[in-house]
Amino acid sequence: MTSQVTQMNEALLRSLTPSVLGILVRRGADFAAAEDAVQDALVEAVRVWPADPPRDAKGWLVTVAWRRFLDATRADAARRRREDLVDEEPAPGPAPAVDDTLQLYFLCAHPSLTPSSAVALTLRAVGGLTTRQIAQAYLVPEATMAQRISRAKRTVSGVRFDQPGEVATVLRVLYLVFNEGYSGDVDLAAEAIRLTRQLAAAIDHPEVAGLLALMLLHHARRAARTAPDDSLVPLAEQDRGRWDTESIAEGVEILQAALARDRLGEFQAQAAIAALHADAPTAEETDWVQIVEWYDELARLTDSPVVRLNRAVAVGEADGPRAGLAALVALDDSLPRHAAVAAYLHERDGDLATAARLYAEAAQKAPNLAERDHLTRQAARLNARRCR
Amino acid sequence: MAKYLLLKHYRGAPASVNDVPMDQWTPEEISAHMQYMNDFAARLEKTGEFVDSQALAPEGTFVRYDGEGRPPVTDGPFAETKDVIAGWMVIDVDSYERAVELAGELSAAPGAGGKPIHEWLELRPFLGVQPTITE
Repeated sequence: MTSQVTQMNEALLRSLTPSVLGILVRRGADFAAAEDAVQDALVEAVRVWPADPPRDAKGWLVTVAWRRFLDATRADAARRRREDLVDEEPAPGPAPAVDDTLQLYFLCAHPSLTPSSAVALTLRAVGGLTTRQIAQAYLVPEATMAQRISRAKRTVSGVRFDQPGEVATVLRVLYLVFNEGYSGDVDLAAEAIRLTRQLAAAIDHPEVAGLLALMLLHHARRAARTAPDDSLVPLAEQDRGRWDTESIAEGVEILQAALARDRLGEFQAQAAIAALHADAPTAEETDWVQIVEWYDELARLTDSPVVRLNRAVAVGEADGPRAGLAALVALDDSLPRHAAVAAYLHERDGDLATAARLYAEAAQKAPNLAERDHLTRQAARLNARRCR
Repeated sequence: MAKYLLLKHYRGAPASVNDVPMDQWTPEEISAHMQYMNDFAARLEKTGEFVDSQALAPEGTFVRYDGEGRPPVTDGPFAETKDVIAGWMVIDVDSYERAVELAGELSAAPGAGGKPIHEWLELRPFLGVQPTITE
């Protein structure tokens, strides 16, 4: 029961983080100091709330965070700061046109930040995660993550809070968080979904919806993606009964609403491909012809060689392995996973010797352990069959 | 966001440009070298790119299983072993280019005559995590 309350509190706290921080910044607190004060208030809430829950959670957080901010401000260079504060006091006028939460997303994904800094800052200032949690998730020392975050805060300290930002940069940061999966006690994929959902509530944008749909559709397959021994299960061999149908239904619905607005973007196109996979009752029933069409669309939108590589796989399924191999010829063989795709297509074409050699080559170049092991097994499987 | 290992070799790397063994440096040159290494690590902590740094003793032992109920067999060190690791640093950076830049800086640590050693460092990417989105 207690842990349930704690979990509920934590979810509530984290969802309130951006709006509380926004209020402090609007009152004239500088972003870096306000962010520290909000983190202090979160820690205090976790301590105090279980025994003494507040009636107005957000009001409580704002009060405590503001007090912390003032204390900290007084502690260093009291007079100078107070004078600045008076200067920075926002002029009374119409309510801000843009939502505070949205502004925070823009600030934390500001183009002046490197991807890793933007990710760290977003997880802390928007997500309400502690520095320790973020450090654990990315397997770096807490001191390193603390420095990364404070540098990021310094980098954006001169950025005006009321400037509109770019949705595309925010989406790239959220995509990075999602794609990192989870390694520590923080589930980054789930956190990315929560943050994208929150963003979708703050701004009406088809690509935000597209990314949210994409995440939901991929997340739905998570349980089926690994075998009990942690080895990778390819899409075609996954137990589709273990896919999360609720998550798929939600993703499809969000995607359809986004597509209906006729402002296609790369995340919607990627989500459409994921939806076609999710829609097939068995791997054999996958609508590869439509998937190839979406890859064509995606290639037009992004001009990415990785997209063309994936397209070659889809062509191989739609028109046969020879057609897939023909599509592959046009691509640079130094592309990541090129050898893996070639191996797969050669196996389908019946050339097991070439496939085995390419699987082994692909394993050598694999960017992560799970893929390397998977590709090594593929090579071993073919070699064992050929020796028999 | 990728981790890289910077490997420093006692033996096995190509010869550095300023290739004078450390025991022939002046004590001040050794101090300057150590200071450079510490400053480099401290700077990486500040940039939020530092993960770990360790030095190894030059000599180790080879160990292997020798069957049920028997103690492991130990052997070595082997004089003919070509490659000896002196130590490492692990960094977490945004790009391969940044990793190369940092390895270059580390290789500029001063040696004999206070001049950069131009030592060859081996840069090895960590195998990362399996991305959620693959197709």
